Amino acid sequence: MTQLALIIDLNVCVGCHACVTSCKEWNTSGSAGFMTDENPYSKDPTGTFFNRVQTYEIGEFPATETLHFPKSCLHCEDPPCVPVCPTGASYKRKEDGIVLVDYDKCIGCRYCSWACPYGVREIDETQKVMKKCTLCVDRIYDEELPESERKPACVLACPTSARLFGDVHDSESDVSVTIREEGGYQLMPEWGTKPANHYLPRRKTRMNIHEDELQRADNPLKKEERGPSAPVDAPTLDDSTSW
Amino acid sequence: MHPAFSVIFLTTLIGAGQGLFLALITGQSYAAVQLLPSQDSTQFYGNGAAIVMLFLIGGLIASFFHLGRPERAWRAASQWRTSWLSREVIVLPALMFLVFVYGVMHYFEWDTVLFTTKEGAKLQVTLVVGIIGALATFLLFLCTGMIYGCLKFLQEWHSPLTVINYTLLGTASGFVLATAFANHNAPELMRFFGIWATIITIAAFITRSASLIRNSRIKAKSTMQTALGVRHNKIQQKAMGFMGGSVNTRDFFHHASAILFKSMKWVFIVLVFIVPVIVIWYGITEANTTVLLTAFVIQYIGLIAERWFFFAQANHPQNLYYQTI
Ligand code: SF4
Ligand code: SF4
Repeated sequence: MTQLALIIDLNVCVGCHACVTSCKEWNTSGSAGFMTDENPYSKDPTGTFFNRVQTYEIGEFPATETLHFPKSCLHCEDPPCVPVCPTGASYKRKEDGIVLVDYDKCIGCRYCSWACPYGVREIDETQKVMKKCTLCVDRIYDEELPESERKPACVLACPTSARLFGDVHDSESDVSVTIREEGGYQLMPEWGTKPANHYLPRRKTRMNIHEDELQRADNPLKKEERGPSAPVDAPTLDDSTSW
Repeated sequence: MHPAFSVIFLTTLIGAGQGLFLALITGQSYAAVQLLPSQDSTQFYGNGAAIVMLFLIGGLIASFFHLGRPERAWRAASQWRTSWLSREVIVLPALMFLVFVYGVMHYFEWDTVLFTTKEGAKLQVTLVVGIIGALATFLLFLCTGMIYGCLKFLQEWHSPLTVINYTLLGTASGFVLATAFANHNAPELMRFFGIWATIITIAAFITRSASLIRNSRIKAKSTMQTALGVRHNKIQQKAMGFMGGSVNTRDFFHHASAILFKSMKWVFIVLVFIVPVIVIWYGITEANTTVLLTAFVIQYIGLIAERWFFFAQANHPQNLYYQTI
């Protein structure tokens, strides 16, 4: 079994939104039709996106840390959005685990968006069908593209390589090794959706050495050191004893 | 969740229709075993079924306003194996068909008696159709309730109380309507329906209150920590990734003020349960159709508020990701 997925490294994401724009650019020009933008240059711009980057502040000033958090469909292994769809428009592909919407079957009832706990399904207000990340299914198998470009548009766009793409069911794939070794985790594990996408936590390299450990207390060299001696003008033993 | 009026009207209208149909079948069953005087087929059951149809059709029309692509609605019948919405899409027209057959048979008095017992109880064909229809009615309540009840992370909805409340509230409003209808078309049944309407309304009050109490104690399973996977008690959103709103901010929040939200609960408790019970009692003693119809209308308005609150109260876990522009 194959389960394609994205791994998002929160340690290196700088929140530049390059993945958001390249995702929109690729997917709005695809054969599935454009992705709506309403009022793009006026008040209250809104539109359909597959991927969004959010920003959070962790902690309390001054001890704060900024977290940039990209979020798109996680291609759950047990996707709650699929069985609820009344038309069968939402489905999970057997061959690679990608969760897709058939835009020709969808009736735009929004029920699947209620059933996704992550809020990544967005109804297209013009086409009136449900849309979500396709993992660039129209790109990753395109043999006309050089092999190195057969990846989702967001992965190619990320300037800090915060996005990895691969098969999380293959234990030896880069992504599986990364999840294993870098502490990859899933979002909202409490619902049993088993998201295929994983996130890598913020990681800091810290020295776990205490200050007094920097000086070796029992250094043998110290044995030959001269012991502390009294100042020259201090009274000697001769001064204080009468023989 | 954002309370969509299409869904509010769909569920309240078909609920009232289903309730009225159950009332007709109850009346006919009692009449069949001679506990109630039997009624004129055309006048009472025929016209009654026509009113049921009006409500069901009204609900169906409302439901189309919820769909982005209503012209493809027929596709929604395909996934009945997994989707409660799909099951509802099948059961609703099936019920409409049964109500139609039931009404036509009564209207033209095609009512063969299948057999009669020694005591004089009669089994008529229409009653058989009616009982199948009553089963379909309960099935439809189950489907409607489960559409909401099956979503486990909408914790306010994920409870058997959701189905029970849909059933009892719909039945109550149907019986209130039946009381008014009976007063006009079959006065000797008015008291019977009125008493049942009161009992069911009180039962619905108990179960709906139970769900209000349950919901006030819910502890959300998802938190900011599980949503982001960051272990820190203080996490604050600084940007949602857009500034002009999106489906996520429009569809999943009720956008009403806290006061409106809170008062809606009391509005529906008063309009669905308290006022109708008093008005029905007054209508029964006065045998006044207008008063009884008023009871129905007040309760129906209350049910709209109840449904609004039902949606507004549900807190979707995705809202964790959409807290600050
Ligand atoms: S993230 Fe949401 S839309 Fe994507 S597969 Fe999981 S439940 Fe479905
Ligand atoms: S909106 Fe479309 S994909 Fe989603 S449940 Fe309805 S028909 Fe299925």
